[in-house]
Amino acid sequence: MKFGVVVFPGSNCDHDAYHVVSKHLGQPVDFIWHKETDLSGYDAIIVPGGFSYGDYLRAGALARFSPVMQAIKQFAAEGKFVFGICNGFQILCEAGLLPGALMRNAGLHFICRHVTLKVENGSTPFTCEVDPDKVLSIPIAHAEGNYTCDDETYHRLEENGQIVFRYCDADGSVTPESNPNGARGNIAGICNENRNVLGMMPHPERACEDLLGSSDGREVFLSLNRTIERLAA
Amino acid sequence: MKAAVHVTLKPGVLDPQGKAIHHSAETLGFEGISDIRQGKYFEIEIVDSISESEARNAVESIARDILANPVIEDYTVEILR
Repeated sequence: MKFGVVVFPGSNCDHDAYHVVSKHLGQPVDFIWHKETDLSGYDAIIVPGGFSYGDYLRAGALARFSPVMQAIKQFAAEGKFVFGICNGFQILCEAGLLPGALMRNAGLHFICRHVTLKVENGSTPFTCEVDPDKVLSIPIAHAEGNYTCDDETYHRLEENGQIVFRYCDADGSVTPESNPNGARGNIAGICNENRNVLGMMPHPERACEDLLGSSDGREVFLSLNRTIERLAA
Repeated sequence: MKAAVHVTLKPGVLDPQGKAIHHSAETLGFEGISDIRQGKYFEIEIVDSISESEARNAVESIARDILANPVIEDYTVEILR
């Protein structure tokens, strides 16, 4: 099993993701510079958070044109796993690997704090090891996390079980008050129809050690690890 | 030749930046502003050896594929002399 963490100019959560894969999953992992076009040998690619291309034009808009993105599209089409976190989620939406878009937060603020998340679909490759009744505490850190899509897309996401995480209160209730950024339907993370591409605004890689306030994010990485192990068995 | 591209949020898409600008404009004492929406404006210089129709096609595809996100934004292309 081998993981890759893509590095764009302006990525800044690449080392966090690398640390989690190597330390907590104990798996081999490489940094992949955005000029790379060959992803053979990898089982999962993490598109990390940060400010690729300085968020110029729109968050994620320019990263979409990096050479590695063509390779990631091919990689995803082959059913391999692509995991976009924060700016990575924005990039995957801009690249058309996930539907919808991420707009400026409704309150205009950059928000950096722990939020609580409800796992809306616990049977995806990224959530299969998460305790289905558990409310996850994971930090967000973004100014453009306000997920939006048209009505047709939203209904399709709901029907297909593609809404993976929603912002909720401490008891797991999805309420307007627990929505930090105005995201439609309190959406914090979605997957594609095939369930092999996940994008989420919260940062599970920053919540893998109790010392950091929460280790709930580990369950997401452990799910992906277990899924790849199962497929290889 | 120069092309001008305007990118605007689709009607109905929340524009918190426009709202904040609206509030600021009101503090200047202007009354009667019912709404402000923020957009983006691009000027694209094109070499003279390219025909207007070629230029228009090129700028249309740049606007569609890069400058605007069709999920939330509309765009217009104008060729300026």
